[in-house]
Amino acid sequence: MSLTLLIEQILNGLQFGVMLFLMAAGLTLIFGVMGLINLAHGSLFMVGAFACASVAAATGSFWLGLVASLAAAAAAGALVEILVIRRLYERDHLDQVLATFALILIFSEGTRWVFGSFPLYLDIPQLLSGAVHLPGGAQYPIYRLAVIGVGIAVAVGLYLLIGKTRLGMRIRAGESDREMIGALGIDIGTLYTLVFALGAALAGLAGAMVGALQSVQVGMGEPVLILAFVVIVIGGIGSIKGALVGSILVGLTETLGRFLLPHFFGLFMSNSEAATVGAALASMLIYIVMALILAFRPQGLFAANA
Amino acid sequence: MTRETSISILIVAGLLAAAFIAQAMGETFYITLATRMAILGLAATGLNIALGLGGLVSFGHAAFFGIGGYAAGILATHAFNSEPLLFGLPGTNQMIVIWITGAIAAALVAVLIGLISLRTSGVYFIMITLAFAQMIYYFAISWPAYGGEDGLSIYVRNAFPGTNTLAPMSFFLICFALLTLGLILFALMRDSRFGAALQAGRQNETRLAAVGIGPFRVRLAAFVISAMMTALAGALFADLNRFVSPSMFSWHMSGELIVLIILGGVGRLAGPLAGAIVYVLFEFALGGITEHWQFFLGLILLAVVLFARGGVMGLLAGRARHG
Amino acid sequence: MAEPILDIRDLRKSFGALKATDGVSLDLKPGEIHALIGPNGAGKSTLIHQIAGSLQPDSGEIRFEGRDVKPLDVAARARLGMGRTFQVSSLAPEFSALRNVMLAVQARQGSSFRFFRPVMHDRRLTEPAKEALARVGLSDRADVPAAELSHGERRQLEIAIALALGAKAFLLDEPMAGMGPEGSQALTTFLDGLRAEAPILLIEHDMDAVFALADRISVLVYGRIIATGTVDEIRNHPAVREAYLGEGA
Repeated sequence: MSLTLLIEQILNGLQFGVMLFLMAAGLTLIFGVMGLINLAHGSLFMVGAFACASVAAATGSFWLGLVASLAAAAAAGALVEILVIRRLYERDHLDQVLATFALILIFSEGTRWVFGSFPLYLDIPQLLSGAVHLPGGAQYPIYRLAVIGVGIAVAVGLYLLIGKTRLGMRIRAGESDREMIGALGIDIGTLYTLVFALGAALAGLAGAMVGALQSVQVGMGEPVLILAFVVIVIGGIGSIKGALVGSILVGLTETLGRFLLPHFFGLFMSNSEAATVGAALASMLIYIVMALILAFRPQGLFAANA
Repeated sequence: MTRETSISILIVAGLLAAAFIAQAMGETFYITLATRMAILGLAATGLNIALGLGGLVSFGHAAFFGIGGYAAGILATHAFNSEPLLFGLPGTNQMIVIWITGAIAAALVAVLIGLISLRTSGVYFIMITLAFAQMIYYFAISWPAYGGEDGLSIYVRNAFPGTNTLAPMSFFLICFALLTLGLILFALMRDSRFGAALQAGRQNETRLAAVGIGPFRVRLAAFVISAMMTALAGALFADLNRFVSPSMFSWHMSGELIVLIILGGVGRLAGPLAGAIVYVLFEFALGGITEHWQFFLGLILLAVVLFARGGVMGLLAGRARHG
Repeated sequence: MAEPILDIRDLRKSFGALKATDGVSLDLKPGEIHALIGPNGAGKSTLIHQIAGSLQPDSGEIRFEGRDVKPLDVAARARLGMGRTFQVSSLAPEFSALRNVMLAVQARQGSSFRFFRPVMHDRRLTEPAKEALARVGLSDRADVPAAELSHGERRQLEIAIALALGAKAFLLDEPMAGMGPEGSQALTTFLDGLRAEAPILLIEHDMDAVFALADRISVLVYGRIIATGTVDEIRNHPAVREAYLGEGA
């Protein structure tokens, strides 16, 4: 194990965390403002990836694909909100879980119907291909650094949007008091659709960016969705700050756990045994961390209404 | 007898009759379908204790379903290969031992998950149960000793004294008997003091505490009992397929169990069974028409949530009444 | 003088800069009705929450029958004998009136971990519950789900639950709220008899009822008790007249 390898893994963890943040931010925003638990958020991630991959394949431009992913996910989000989700705000969580679970089936099977069962592939754009030199002589892909950059930019953008703009003020009002927002003369329906579409666009963006790192296939959003749940449970539901901290924590724990645990067990086991035990434990590590945090802070690190 | 009870008995009797008719017509495939209904009905009845009576929306019951399944798979494999399991104890192909082992294992895990997740409520509870089930799922995938991602085959269906479990009808009757027991247990618990406290906690936690009953212990007990019943169904499911894989732990499985309950009627005695019957029929009928049947299943579920609340039991027996 | 059943010493609770409970001392003696009055926002609800255990005080003492109950949660305090009713009725809405009361009987018997015997055939539960319902005059509504009871009936049901608990002290949070004049009158008569069974800490806005019932009255203003005394003492207390009854001194 060398230092350069460790740095590389830390960067990978950051990149993974940033991608989780894009998912978790939308989820936590939707929960904070509308009180809705949306299982179908992973489907919007998938929609973004498929839109990007198919448009990029048709036009040859990753960038057009990226725009398409934002547009497609936001449109899908808005459509779903208007047709289905807005009927669920007043329902209990059980109905929300079931309805959004049904949406997953529809999205996944619908996508399989249109695109078939074979994965699509998305190339890294020319501009961002290649690698940069890290101190210590290692190389790191520019694309992954760019993903980290986009994540940071989105985090700053969300901070400004929610803290400094009129829309943000309305979102905050909606979080604290749904009645008040009606009294302010704000059209709640439109606001909710906007927030949902915004969350969807962020998920779509994450899907598109990840699409260039792995294959684009049906069901790709689900593992990410569940980790995003872990993120917001750790961070505190409804808190964007919590989502950011939670994402980075989960991203780093997940990546470094997979990297370091086999090494750690290698200290007192045979290599093959260490690899097995390390991998098994690494797969559980993030949930163990979650359990520990919850044992001390049941409402998460930055609970919105603690 | 209330209308609800008589309709419940009709549904259970209908399943039994369907299996006998299939037997008489020599259609073993339909017996297998009926067996599937009974097993999924039992699994969801287990979940119905936590979810329906207690209002605990566990999105992680696949964990217990899978634990039951793997108990069957692991014990059978050790028996088949004549390898000792732990501390020199042998495996077994006796269903009764497997059921008890699976239920106890699930109970232990349920205590751990419950101790953490029941400190929270609402969306937190949903997500945390989901996360823990997912943890076990990933563990099952990455632990190679019992097949990892590929799962584990049960070469010969496990045995039950006095019957040939390989005969579809015999195995159906075993599953049906356990389902019936599960339903009786559910009905007894629902009407008992424990059930009263559990249901009051769902309706109004503040009220329960104000009369001096702490909701936590009641819920933990319900969660554990619920997990044990679902694990029992998991063991039967493994024997039905003669195969277990990590997919039994998957969150789709957890979602499916919730779906069964909502299709049939939340908190209703025969709700989960009615849901399982409808679900397996959908799967079978739609699956025969299109390979994209899940798309239409999604549409149907959506319609049920949005427009047909109360599920099958709500349709047949009207609103639930509490004495 | 008899030992107080409930004894509160120098209780303090702040929310940020707001001192919701600012050094409250208060006791409840056997056989008495002690009324707690005060304008809206005086901190009555905050105080009740701390006594019942749904809110932790920052400092101070709460003793119930001589025992420090601060470390106990709501359920444990209820088991000791605090019979609380809520300002806004808090019932199990799907359960019938009878089953709501049976829950309290069951809690009193300390037996919620029985899994098989049906409660509706358990006379040890149904009889005491029916008796409690009869005492508040709800017998003919026993089988009606709580959600379908009228507002006044729900208040009566709350009292029946507290009765069935065999409470050693009642904490009644505005039991008259929203009741018609007839209902208030009936309840006043009922509470008058109840004090012999267990003392009552009565939080109430209905001054007729308070003056008719209370042995002692404490006046809470901005988190402080500004006066405690008999009905006559409080009626004529200048600070009370100014702060609460809104009259210039």
